[in-house]
Amino acid sequence: MSSSDLGGDRARRLAAALVVAALAAVPLAGDYFTSLVAEVLVFAIFAMSLDLIVGYTGLLSFGHAAFFGVSAYTVTMLGVHAGLSGWWGMLAGIVMSAASAWVIGFFCVRVSGIPFLMLTMAFSQLLYSVAVKWRSMTGGTDGLPGFVRPSFFGWSLDDRSVLYWFIAAGFVFTWWCLRRLIRSPLGSTMVGVRENEQRMRAIGYPVQRIKLISFVIAGAFAGLGGALYAFFNAFVSTDILHWVLSGDAVLMVILGGAGTITGPVIGAGIFLMLKHVISSHTDYWMIWVGVVFIACVMFLRQGVWGLVLERGPRWLRSDR
Amino acid sequence: MQIAVTQLVNGLVLGVLLFLMSAGLSLIFGLMNVVNVAHGSFFMLGAFFALALGELSGSFWLGLALGWIPAVIMGFGMERLFIRYLYHRPHLDQVLLTFGFTFVFSDVVRMIWGPEIRNIPVPEVLSGAVEIFGIILPKYRLFLIAFGGLIAVLLWLFLDRSRVGAMVRAGVDDAPTAAGLGINVHLLFGSIFALGVGLAALGGAAAGPVLGVYMGIDGEILIPAFIVVVIGGMGSLRGAFVSSMLVGIIDTLGKAYFPDLALFAIYLLMVLVLLTRPHGLFGVGRT
Repeated sequence: MSSSDLGGDRARRLAAALVVAALAAVPLAGDYFTSLVAEVLVFAIFAMSLDLIVGYTGLLSFGHAAFFGVSAYTVTMLGVHAGLSGWWGMLAGIVMSAASAWVIGFFCVRVSGIPFLMLTMAFSQLLYSVAVKWRSMTGGTDGLPGFVRPSFFGWSLDDRSVLYWFIAAGFVFTWWCLRRLIRSPLGSTMVGVRENEQRMRAIGYPVQRIKLISFVIAGAFAGLGGALYAFFNAFVSTDILHWVLSGDAVLMVILGGAGTITGPVIGAGIFLMLKHVISSHTDYWMIWVGVVFIACVMFLRQGVWGLVLERGPRWLRSDR
Repeated sequence: MQIAVTQLVNGLVLGVLLFLMSAGLSLIFGLMNVVNVAHGSFFMLGAFFALALGELSGSFWLGLALGWIPAVIMGFGMERLFIRYLYHRPHLDQVLLTFGFTFVFSDVVRMIWGPEIRNIPVPEVLSGAVEIFGIILPKYRLFLIAFGGLIAVLLWLFLDRSRVGAMVRAGVDDAPTAAGLGINVHLLFGSIFALGVGLAALGGAAAGPVLGVYMGIDGEILIPAFIVVVIGGMGSLRGAFVSSMLVGIIDTLGKAYFPDLALFAIYLLMVLVLLTRPHGLFGVGRT
């Protein structure tokens, strides 16, 4: 290892420490800002998990909201109907998300490209229709209120700061896990499937199984995001299962930079800032999101973070 | 008997509407390898244009006859001004681009027409019902089936019997070779894209009196159309037709007789087809 690499290592550690310190200090900036960052971090977890499928395994999924929503509904329904603590709910939510990702993935990984997109979208809409119809459990389109946030060793998550720190911890955990995964041999095989599926198959890798593993892991992390969303909002409605949310997640991944670990986080930040800033001025914020996204696809395909990685300092480049 | 026939007619109506959507989706995919996520937006736009033209002129027929034209122009513009520049990139980029347009179209519709549900009134001639062999059937739905059948026949004649149709089929089979034989493939792409979204807009206009005209219908029609295309096989007009009717009838009959299970019926059909024939019933065998 050359000395410049060691310098990069130091820079990376310093940057990571600074980011963690900044995240920990966010509640000092007031309630509004804290809630905003918490929302960004929840959707960042969701978008990062989608990036594992879209950016690293090379499969465009338009149904990722399914796993976010299944978990959020599991947490809230167990809390409201069974009185179960949010911690058990969270565990159950993540397991349910991973399980539904396994079932849906079992069918979807048989195809790639456009049919994959269509199938994932159709399956997630199926779950959406179930949530709309099953009113007695889900509350239908009116949503399901009444979830009581759990407490953490005596600190209630009803406290905005505690809730925020918990979400931030979930975010750092997800970021670290996904970074480890991408650098593992398994992560390399996923990138291999993205780069050249035929060659991977010819070498003897079980391509379908790799795709399925990637899909299930992504589903599980989307489940973590969904559970944190349920904690954050204490309310779920069918919107979080709708394909529009899947589309928003794709938008975040592409805006930030697909195939980078931090890109989807930046994308989630940009998307929610656009949404909050523009919607405070005009009702028609979606058209601007659409325009920014179209411009990004046409002229900045590597995404905002992708551009930073290209032009920025060398030590950042390990974020791929 | 009355109920069964009524449900069958309703199923055929849904089938016709799905065919108008999926024919374009399937053709565009077969030729350009692009799935147009904004296809549902054109269905919605067609409905709104027909509504506006109908209100302006006071004639339902004018709305139906001309409502799809602005959509065709927009589709052609979208292909020439945007999608064209992405042909050298992976196909998914073109899909993402059409996805961006769904946001724009959705807000444009909200700006102009607002979020309320509108309705296109059925013209005098087609309102009410007729009695055939003792069974009472609504006229407008029968008209829709005939109208869809006519469009299907015209489309088949165009693709199977005309010179341009032969070029399209050549492009679906093998676009680079077709280009090598002197066919202007890119102009063909633009025209087929415009034709495809025009069919969707026509479907939206014709569906207005049955489904209503509102924001959000874009997504509601897009998903079943996707399922139709997956079942029928991408790039096949025959597949789109057969599977539209299949999905339309199964979905409608399911909702009438097994309301609790109907939700799953078409998904189940899709999964079954996918497991046994991954490229769909009439697919060209390319992913």
